Formats: sequence, C-alpha cells, structure tokens
Amino acid sequence: MARKQTNPREDAAPAAPPSNGKIRLATVWMGGCSGCHMSFLDLDEKLLDLFAQADLVYSPIADLKEFPENVDVTLVEGAIANVDHVKLAKEIRERSKIVVSFGDCAVTGNVTSLRNRLQVDDLLTKVYHEGPGSVPHGDDDDIMPALLPRVIPLHQLIKVDAFIPGCPPDTDRIWTAVSALLAGQPVEFEPEMRLFG
Amino acid sequence: MNRVELQNMAQAETERQNAFRCRLLCCASTPCLSSGSTAVSEAMKQALTDGNLDAEVEVVATGCMGPCSRGPLVTVKMPGQEDVVYEKVTPEVAKEIVAKHVTQSKPVSENVLPADMPFFVKQKKVVLANSGQIDPERLEDYVARGGYAALAHALREMTPEEVCATLTKSGLRGRGGAGYPTGIKWDLVRKSEGDKKYVVANGDEGDPGAYMDRTMMESDPHRLLEGMAIAGYAVGADQGYLYVRGEYPIAAQRLQRAIRAAERRGLLGSRVLESNFNFRIDVRIGAGAFVCGEETALMASIMGRRGQPVPRPPYPSERGLWGKPTLINNVETYGSIAPIILNGPEWFSGIGTEKSKGTKIFALAGNIDTTGLIEVPMGITLREIVYDIANGIPDGYAFKAAQTGGPSGGCIPSQFLDTPVDYESLGALGSIMGSGGLVVMDERSCMADVAKYFIEFCMDESCGKCVPCRVGTVQMHRLLERITDGSATFEDLETLEELCVLVRDTSLCGLGQNAPNPVISTLRYFREEYEAHIKERRCPAGACEMNRIPVQELNTNSRVYSQNGAQAEPAQA
Amino acid sequence: MPVVTLTVNDELVSGQSGQSLLSLLKELGIEMPTLCHLEGLSDRGGCRLCMVELQGSKRLFAACVTPVQEGMVVYTHTERLNNYRRMILELLFAERNHVCAVCVQNGHCELQTQAAKNGMDSVRYDYLVPDLPMDASHERYVLDHNRCILCTRCVRVCDEIEGAHVWDLMGRGVNSRVIAGLNQPWGDSDSCTKCGKCVQVCPTGALTLRGSTVAEMEKQHDFLKWILTGREKKQWDYS
Repeated sequence: MARKQTNPREDAAPAAPPSNGKIRLATVWMGGCSGCHMSFLDLDEKLLDLFAQADLVYSPIADLKEFPENVDVTLVEGAIANVDHVKLAKEIRERSKIVVSFGDCAVTGNVTSLRNRLQVDDLLTKVYHEGPGSVPHGDDDDIMPALLPRVIPLHQLIKVDAFIPGCPPDTDRIWTAVSALLAGQPVEFEPEMRLFG
Repeated sequence: MNRVELQNMAQAETERQNAFRCRLLCCASTPCLSSGSTAVSEAMKQALTDGNLDAEVEVVATGCMGPCSRGPLVTVKMPGQEDVVYEKVTPEVAKEIVAKHVTQSKPVSENVLPADMPFFVKQKKVVLANSGQIDPERLEDYVARGGYAALAHALREMTPEEVCATLTKSGLRGRGGAGYPTGIKWDLVRKSEGDKKYVVANGDEGDPGAYMDRTMMESDPHRLLEGMAIAGYAVGADQGYLYVRGEYPIAAQRLQRAIRAAERRGLLGSRVLESNFNFRIDVRIGAGAFVCGEETALMASIMGRRGQPVPRPPYPSERGLWGKPTLINNVETYGSIAPIILNGPEWFSGIGTEKSKGTKIFALAGNIDTTGLIEVPMGITLREIVYDIANGIPDGYAFKAAQTGGPSGGCIPSQFLDTPVDYESLGALGSIMGSGGLVVMDERSCMADVAKYFIEFCMDESCGKCVPCRVGTVQMHRLLERITDGSATFEDLETLEELCVLVRDTSLCGLGQNAPNPVISTLRYFREEYEAHIKERRCPAGACEMNRIPVQELNTNSRVYSQNGAQAEPAQA
Repeated sequence: MPVVTLTVNDELVSGQSGQSLLSLLKELGIEMPTLCHLEGLSDRGGCRLCMVELQGSKRLFAACVTPVQEGMVVYTHTERLNNYRRMILELLFAERNHVCAVCVQNGHCELQTQAAKNGMDSVRYDYLVPDLPMDASHERYVLDHNRCILCTRCVRVCDEIEGAHVWDLMGRGVNSRVIAGLNQPWGDSDSCTKCGKCVQVCPTGALTLRGSTVAEMEKQHDFLKWILTGREKKQWDYS
C-alpha cells in the first residue's frame, strides 16, 4: 500500500498548456475539515495572480459534479476515510498529471485518523446513536458510503507527486508550492516550511 | 581432591560398573521425559525386582541419545557386546527387554534401532561423547569417562598462555553463532588488565526448535563446568556465571547439583584439585527474553538490570560484568574444551574443514523422518544430514529448503544441498551456522509464511531499545502479513526490501541486525513465490489463506457497514 | 589529553582522545540529528539518527557512543545515511500517535523538527495506531504515552541528575513503556520529587506541564548544564 514518494516525475510536469495557455487546476475536499481550502482562499490577492495562469476546473468552491479529464495539477485536502474517497482518488490519479497531498490530513491522516483506534461499528454507534439529536445513519438507506476500517493518507492509496504539510498549511507554503507547480518545477520547501502541525 | 584421588575415583567407578552383568540406560532428557521415559524406567526397575535381578542389572537415567522423535530411548549395555538401542519403548516393551534381552540375551527385535543406521554412523561425538552414556547426576560416572582429567592436566602441566595457545592452534570457533576464534578471545581476556575477571557460559538458547545447549546442560553438566574452570584458569578469573534460560528448569537443577557435587570434591571452589587456583560457578536463570542471548544483554541480566544490549566496543573482554574483563562463550564451546586439552589441538583440527574445525551439534526439526540431536564433523553436506542422518522427508514430499541459524539465519534451497556445512559456506549462501538449529521444510511450506514466522519472533523478542529493530520489525511483519493474506502490492514488496536493509544496517545489536535474514534469503531464492502472492493472489505452496484484497481494489460501491469497515467485503470480481 | 587526528567528510580535523565522535562533530559545527542524546546525560545509542559511516567498516556507528580514534575516516551525511535517517523518523512517526496538529508541544518538538530537517515529507509505513493511555495523576505534570519515543531521557535524568530513579521501562519491543515507580500512577509515586527535570528534557509532548494546551509547551535544557557545572566545578552561577 505504501507508495514511494518522489518529487514530481519529470514526465509528469505540466506539459504544454492547453489552447488558452492556462494550467488546469483542481482542488478536492476528502476527509478533512476544509481548513486547507480556507487557507487557500487566504491567498487573497495572490488568487488573482493564480487565476491569471490557471483555470479552476474542479473544486468544492465551484459546483462541479464530475472530476474532469486532463487536469494538470490537483490539490487534495483530507484523508481517505470511506469508499467514495477511494473511488474519487483513483479517478483523480487517472485524470491528473500531478497530484498533491494538500495539508496534514492528506499527508498523514492527522485529525481525521484519530478515529483509527476505534472499530467502525463502535465509532458509528458513538457518533450517531449515542450522540445528541437524530442524524441519518447509513445502515440501509444506500446513501452513505461505507467507511474504511482505517483512515489512510492519500499516498497509501495512490501515487502522490508532492506534499504540502501543515494544519492548515499557511499561505506561504501554499504559494511556494503552487507557484513552483505552475512553473513546472518540483515542490521544495525550506525545513521550517516542512513542519507538520 | 587431588589428581591421584581423581584417578582412584575413576577406577572405582569403572569397577563398579563392570561388576554389573548388564546396564540399562534410559534417557531422562526433556524430549524422552515428555514421551514417558519415567514410566519406562520405573517398569524396568519393577521387572528387575520381580526377577530378582537388582544386584546384577543396573538402570541408569542418562542424558540424550539423539533420535528424539523415536523416544523414549533405552540402551542395553552388556560387557563384551555391542550396545543395543531401543526406540519407542513403552513400559510393556521395557518389561519385555528385561524378560528377553537381559535374561535370555535375545533382543526384542521390533524396537531395536540398527547399529549401522546412518543416524549413528555418520555422527562424530566429541562434545556429546558422554551424552546418553552417563548419569548426569553422578560425578563419578563423568570422572570414570575421563572427566576433570583435562582440568587436572591444565592446572599442573600448562600455563594459562599455553591453554590459550592450544585452543588457538585447535582452530575452535565460538559455537554460539558468530564463530569468533575461541583461543584469540581467551587470550584477549587473559591479557586484559583487571583485579577481577569473570567467565560466563551462555546457556540462553532461544532459537525456535533448537535445543543443543539444553541437551548438553542436561546430559553432561560436568563437562561444561570443567570447560569453564579451564577457562577461568586460562584467563585469570575466579568466578564463573552460568546463564541458563528460564524455560530449562531441568538443566538448571542438574547444573546446580553438579556444581555442589564438584565443590564437595574440591573440583570447584577454593584450591581446585589442591592447586592455587580458585574458581566458583553460580547459576543465573533468565526470565524468558531471547535478547538475553546477546552477550551485552546477558551481562546486564546477570547484573540484575533490564536485559538490553549496549553498544560495543568496549567488548566484554575489556569491560564486561561490573566493568571487569569478562569471557563469554556458548556452552557448546565450553563443552569442546576438555577433549581438546586431553587429545591435543592437532586431533581437533584434524576434524572438519580448513576454516571450520571440529564438530557441530545440530537440532534437527521439521519435515524429516527422524528429528533429534546430532553431532557431525564440520564440512558434512546438508544432503547427508537431511537424507542420511534424518532419513529424508516422509510421505514422498520434496525437499524445499533448510533453515539454519534460527531467526537470525536463512533458508537454503535444494540446489545447495551439497554445500558443506561450515561457517563460510553457509555465510556465502546468506544464512549462518548459528547456534545449530536446523529446520527442514518440504514443498508444503510457503517461504513468505516462514519469513513472517521468524519476523514475528524477532518482533516479539525485540527489547525495544533501538528504533529500527523495535518498529522496523513490526512494519516488516505487517508487510509480510499483507503478502500472505493477499492484500499486498508490489510497492509493499519494495518497502519490505528497503526495510530489510535498514534494520540490518542500523540496529544496535545482533538480534536486529540479523532479523531480516530470513526475509532476505527467502526473497533471494524464492522471489517468484512472493510475487505469485501479489500478482496472482495465490500461495503456490497452498499454505496461506489469501482472504483479503489491497485497499486499491476495494469495492467502492459498498454501502454496507460492518464491524471492520469496507475491507471485510470482498471485491466484486 | 592526547590529540587524535581524523578525517571527517574529507577534511582533516583533530579531537581529544576519549571524546565521543558526536561531541567532536558538534564542535566542528556539523549538524547531526539526535533524539536520545542530550548533553549532560549518559549516551545509549538508541535512536540511531546520529549514525555515521566509517571507512573500512561495513557497519554503521552511532556517533554518540563511538569514541574518536586516530586515523578514523568519517562520513556524516552520505545519501545512504540521509535515507536511513528519514526512514527511522518515519518509523517513529508511524509507531505511536504523533498528531502534531493537536499536540501541546506543536512547534517546539524535537521529533517534529528532526522530521522537517531530514526531509521527511510523508510516512511510507502503516500507522500502527496503538491504544495508549495518558497519566494525568500528577499534580503538576502529565504523561502522554501517545507521544513517547522511548528515548529514555526522563529515565536517565531522573536517575543520573536528580537521583530519584522514578522512571524506568516495562515491557519489550514495541510494547515498551516508561513507567513511574513500580508501574503505578505517577501521582502515587513516593519517590518523585516533583522537580520536573524529566518534563524539561523530554523531546516531544510525552511529558508536559499540566494545563498546557496545543502548541503551548516549550522545554528548556539549560538547567542541566547549570547543575553539572555547579557540581563538577563548584561554580554556581546565580546571576
């Protein structure tokens, strides 16, 4: 399951940009709190620089149902916690040149994986049956995706080309990574930018 | 006791034994005891009493005779006749032996082991010469077979330098596994400065399936004590410690009795054999940790500390027990000392190969006809051991691999069956001589599963001091579990191989450094078997259950919750 | 003390005979990753991060427990060593529940810093997720086994400096754990002097001050040098 981690493969560097000259960028929200996306939005005016060079083709902040084909760079926030994540992650890998683990949950499992010491049934009972209020539970409604026995980081499921650590990664880290990727360079951080947490 | 009195004791005991018309030796070593040898010897004694033969026939409880899977074993000794060995003796057979063999000189043919059996003929007993021949609880029996003569000779005729030089010349190498030249080690300790020195015997045998040391301690304890005393004289120590594994209560008890008997007769203690040499031996009993077989951890344990290794250098020969120069050898090494002193180094170096001299004891286990304990000259081939001595593999199955050296060793495949068994040849094949465990596996054994077993053993026995051994072995075990349950990918195999190298190169002591050996050697010779588990989700040997799938192949349409989450549900084919 | 000459990373250097290789490397300004080593405590060679290559030996040597020797040829940062360091750090992160984001030591943790310095961007191994307790029975401090890396600095400082030997280890292998007294709640320990030395030397968030919350805990080791200078040289600097 463990994947070899390398910097972006040379053959995976964004090739010639599409006709409009822009990089096709996607961001995905899996098992995480969306804090990484909040931090992404904190890029503020740099977002203007970013979207001068990139098109956002899929994102939780843009209402698109299907993960598109031919994506250049995909930032994945959150850990792999259920079968829908598994399915989506495999699609992302097939359709993206570069996949980036974005934030500690994608990189390490982090807070999302705190449930790993509980059995899935015990977890659901604790959260949905013993907790306050009534919340839908997925026993028989065929809606909720089954949980994985253990939450895993993204690179333990698919090959990941770069990692942006942090909970959430601050805007400096995000910008360092994103600007490198836009320029077709490998993501390289100074040690202090590599700290988890 | 002095030298003359020692000779007198030997003579008196020989005369006593020769006075019997017949002696019935009944094995009282752990394997035979567990298959009922106590009842057998009781039955023989009863039959002798009933036949009024008490005065002319003696029943002796001895140590191990070798073919343990054929126990309980009984040897019938009659003056002027070849010894007859009986296998699988029940109390009924025992009575028959007394009725027919003892009384009428007609052996009970069904249970007789042929004297020309390769099991016996191909062996050469040096260390185990007395095993199965003497009563380990009687000092006189040992003395009658030349016991303590080597110590007497060394004390009187040899200087400590000469003892060390004799061992160096003999080519004896440590029998604990690493094969360090014994004479050189002794000389290092002899030359080390110290007002106090110690001699330690390592009897913390822990390899699964290995019981060479236990047998030696149970069957011939005085041989070990004599070897240690000679070591004490050679290096200048007056205190010895015998570290016995906690799971060997019979060995510890016999050793303690042997020490008391030797002390009473002045063969140990103050003024040994009326010389100026003092030597005491105390038994220390381990508490069930494999790592305490590692010399620095063993010393920590003797000193009452947590049994964890410390980095070397300094080696024990410079700073050992309580900071004093300490000689540590395996019990089998000490068992080789007396014969070398008595017969000379040339005699010993005449046995074996160029670089591996003498004999080696092996504990044979696994898928072979006759399991048990053997002592063979170095350089014998694996084929001779497996097919001649052990009488091959039962039920027509094919030989697959021999595992030597226990969890620190490796698996040797069939194309190397003609390799001579010595330190260098086994090392070249990626295995080790080790302390002498030899497990034979046939085609029904899955090598990935075997590797998993040994890694699990090392994982459980890791002391936890250094990170690569403590955590690396756990991760290796996980990866091997995935390979053997069908949920592994080729990346897992790659991660496993990287880990093998890391754990080997960075662990603090021999336990961790050698822990990957079973994985490395099975990957070297049986890689396609590992790959079949991953690529075809199939265990070629049919040993693994293969009831899981990799997370990458999960059925992502699953909406069913179960206790273990989605993975419990198999993929839709 | 006699001077010895050796080669470190292709440069000739000199050191004091009897000195550890690690202390020489520090003097030379070569940054060596360490976790179990702490200036002022005995060395044990357990974390294996400070391992170096010595020419002429296939083995690797932990610099903290290897004395300098005349003619040694040392390499401290080969690709092989850097790889091994990263793997060892990954093993440590996978061993227990090191969730930096919610740790009181976040931002001041030696494990976290070593991971960043040694280029650990992710962990290739399975997280073992052991179910480990916390001990909050002490009136001033808290022990969280989830963050412990078994470096035994606490054991050593309590034994060697404070002289109380409250801490020791139980179990073995991956099940080893630090224990107070004879495996009793820390707060029930009669021998604990509440001095807090163990807390200050702990490299991670395993031993912390009661009441500290995420990222609040900072440790300082200066007291060790102060005590040792005082004891050895009778110089007690109260300024």
